[in-house]
Amino acid sequence: MTGLDRHSPGWATIRRLLHHKLFVLGCVLFGLILLLAIFAPLIAPVDPNKLSMRTKFRPPGSDFIFGTDNFGRSLWSRVVWGAQLSMFIGGAVVAINAVLGTAIGAAAGYFRLLDNGLMRINDALMAFPAVLLAIGVTSVLGPSVNDVIIALSIVYTPRTARIVRSSVIVLREMEYVQAARAAGAGHWRILRRHILPNAMAPLIVQLSFLFAYAVLTEATLSFLGVGAVPPTPTWGNIMAEGRQYMIDAPWIITIPGAALMITVLGLNLLGDGLRDVLDPRLRIQQ
Amino acid sequence: MSLLEVTDLTTSFQTSGGEVTAVENISFSLEKGEILGIVGESGSGKSVTALAIMGLLPRPPARILGGAIRFEGQDLLTLSDRSMQRLRGPGIAMVFQEPMTSLNPVFTIGEQIMETIRAHESLSQKESFGRAVEMLEKVGIASAATRMTDYPHQLSGGQRQRVMLAIALVCRPRLLIADEPTTALDVTIQAQILDLLMDLRDEFGMAIMMITHNMGVIAETADRVMVMYAGRVVEQAPVARLFDHPLHPYTRGLLSCVPTLDQDQDRLIAIPGNLPEPSRRPGGCRFSARCSHAITACGAGIPPLETLEPNHAAACIRVREIA
Amino acid sequence: MPPLLEAIGLTKHYAVEAGGLFRRTKTALRAVDGVSLTINPGETLGLVGESGCGKSTLGRLLIRLVPATAGQVVFDGQEITSLNANALRAARRGMQIVFQDPFGALNPRMSVEETIMEPLLIHGSRRGATAREAVTRMLDKVGLPDSARYRYPHEFSGGQRQRIGIGRALILNPKLVVCDEPVSALDVSVQAQIVNLLSDLQAELGLTYLFIAHDLGVVKHISTRVAVMYLGKVVEVADKRSLYARPSHPYTQALLASVPATHPSQRKRGVTGQPPITGDIPTALAPPPGCRFHTRCPHAMSVCQTDEPAMRVLDPGHQAACHLLPG
Repeated sequence: MTGLDRHSPGWATIRRLLHHKLFVLGCVLFGLILLLAIFAPLIAPVDPNKLSMRTKFRPPGSDFIFGTDNFGRSLWSRVVWGAQLSMFIGGAVVAINAVLGTAIGAAAGYFRLLDNGLMRINDALMAFPAVLLAIGVTSVLGPSVNDVIIALSIVYTPRTARIVRSSVIVLREMEYVQAARAAGAGHWRILRRHILPNAMAPLIVQLSFLFAYAVLTEATLSFLGVGAVPPTPTWGNIMAEGRQYMIDAPWIITIPGAALMITVLGLNLLGDGLRDVLDPRLRIQQ
Repeated sequence: MSLLEVTDLTTSFQTSGGEVTAVENISFSLEKGEILGIVGESGSGKSVTALAIMGLLPRPPARILGGAIRFEGQDLLTLSDRSMQRLRGPGIAMVFQEPMTSLNPVFTIGEQIMETIRAHESLSQKESFGRAVEMLEKVGIASAATRMTDYPHQLSGGQRQRVMLAIALVCRPRLLIADEPTTALDVTIQAQILDLLMDLRDEFGMAIMMITHNMGVIAETADRVMVMYAGRVVEQAPVARLFDHPLHPYTRGLLSCVPTLDQDQDRLIAIPGNLPEPSRRPGGCRFSARCSHAITACGAGIPPLETLEPNHAAACIRVREIA
Repeated sequence: MPPLLEAIGLTKHYAVEAGGLFRRTKTALRAVDGVSLTINPGETLGLVGESGCGKSTLGRLLIRLVPATAGQVVFDGQEITSLNANALRAARRGMQIVFQDPFGALNPRMSVEETIMEPLLIHGSRRGATAREAVTRMLDKVGLPDSARYRYPHEFSGGQRQRIGIGRALILNPKLVVCDEPVSALDVSVQAQIVNLLSDLQAELGLTYLFIAHDLGVVKHISTRVAVMYLGKVVEVADKRSLYARPSHPYTQALLASVPATHPSQRKRGVTGQPPITGDIPTALAPPPGCRFHTRCPHAMSVCQTDEPAMRVLDPGHQAACHLLPG
């Protein structure tokens, strides 16, 4: 019952996080977007793809909260459903990274024999600029949401693996690991009980930033036209379509842009807060 | 006038749990050419005292709450940063415990010694090089001239400590503060460094503040001794007197709990318990929780440092009874 | 009575690459080089030496925490150097280790109870309530209150953490415990507590210790016999009294002479003119040929530069490896 114990380092960390002002601000910003995404069916009942030539180019006002776009579609609906999509894609990429990146990084860091081989493949993937690699993958697999998730996972897992590997290499030499080996513990127990729990801190910080990268890259892909196909309401698509009407109907491009900015800012603040609190150098002082 | 006179020095530092005092009412003096041994374990405040004298306490989070530090009559606490900087080197110098982290790894040892010279004296490049080589030879580095271009990582622990001494002494300071200078060294190297230190003291005549937790080092080097516990001074005495008739229970405990080569004991006489945390110190005598002679009155107030014999003072209300 | 542990020709070389950008050579760091020693049941063998002597590595080699490059270890009648994983795990119950660093030796995310209980769970010897009872008894033995069991390492002092580490090492009732500098990182006033604890536990549980330390006073207090190491080799072994009264190897003599005085009237430094040894300890990457100590030995002869001296028996139980000695 380690995590739920009042005295445990886990609880102390959570208390410290809640006192960190920027972390809380980040949580609020990101939480806002997350809530929009979760409650999309309730707060945006209008079909985001419902066309209506009558209502096109309405500015934000009482009828349409965020106005309408060139096809008369409610921008509010599109942005909110776009939020849901962004959260889904970001969450999926983070989840895949967490599992795959940890597995690869831990394997490379713990088993010296695997290290070289795994890291060479890793580095090869990391050599590609993220967006280019993503474009390459989607052009092969196709532009569906799932394929975008796969593309982003391929791009970012190597970075996560590297971070986990660094932690594991250090932790492997800790004396409490030696003590576990002296007591007869096998590799699996050592990884599960001693190494991975203590490697979580840098990983969690990385994952929070990763969420932001995933959302941003997805928007970039769809903006460039190689992501999810229109009329799927991703923020990138909305911004791409709104680009031509920047002078006449600036809200079409600025509002999803603002949503994107709030998401990324919130996640960055959250990640910075996590890093401040979880940084082991600060911990030693206590 | 004493070379160094510290009166009622009190400092604190900020922790996550509030402000906590590090040292309280520290008073002692040091004469020219004298070696004062300062004994204490972790949390005793001995390093804080040394850093306060050098003006190296990071403020914040540390604060000097009161007291005076008079070096050659001048109160160091009132000096500007600039003046303090000019004093460090020719006036007061310091060597630390970990020579690896005290030496800058990206500069050669020659550069580091010469940097100190040029900061305080206006010598030419050639002259300062000569002085540096001379100093390296004095501290026992063989082929000093060629070693000038070595980097710290190319030297052993003992050699690095010698270089530290060279840097500290190159401007002929009147006071050298040595904070656990041999703790990180092997015992045979420690013997060499202590020998060197005593030789240098004979040659340069500087006073030394020898900070350590090792009573053997104290026995080897000190003229007088000051014992600190939990931020306060508990005993002061000439060295032979301290070893023969320690008055404070902590000093006695310290002397009897270390196994020495000439003794044969079944069990060591340990001091029970642990040092109290600074934020959770008991009222009254800070050692009372671990003291076998403690009575209720010990918790009433902090015992004052009482001078019982010429030069011998102890902070214990029962000192006469338990002598 | 047969020895509890016997090491024969134990060697550990670490492969190291040295040299610059274009001329990388592979050399070996010879941490332990052909060490043979025995540890008898119920005794404490003290192991002393300075940096680079290999004492910590030797301690880990003896319990197979580090794989040996060459040599054999026979523990409790069983040859353990060539055991497979399963057999090794079973053998591990008999030999445990206590580490130097009370901070690094405990998993910060595991409570005291979990830490001490883990060896029991690994071997499946006890579970649930019986395991918790075993922890209760052990906490009492090492002098910690029962309330400590739910707390975490960062809440304890160095000495208390060391007690937790000792509890973890003893929970499986081992026969041999390797104590790797168990008190060196502790305050002086706490060292005595832990040394006393180790002695008491030895008497109570019939333990055998390998006590690795650099403090000659502590080693003298707790050991039955003492072995002195220099640059990967054992240079002298004797029972405690003989070693301290009649040190025969020049290195042992220098070591003992370097220990600071116990009283100012017996001051040695700055008095006799010369420290006991000059010069620095050579690196284990390129130990001197012949007798490794000859570069710093005040009595070195020409044979010392070429031939490694074998261990010679001086008295029953007292051996030293030096050309000066008869044998």
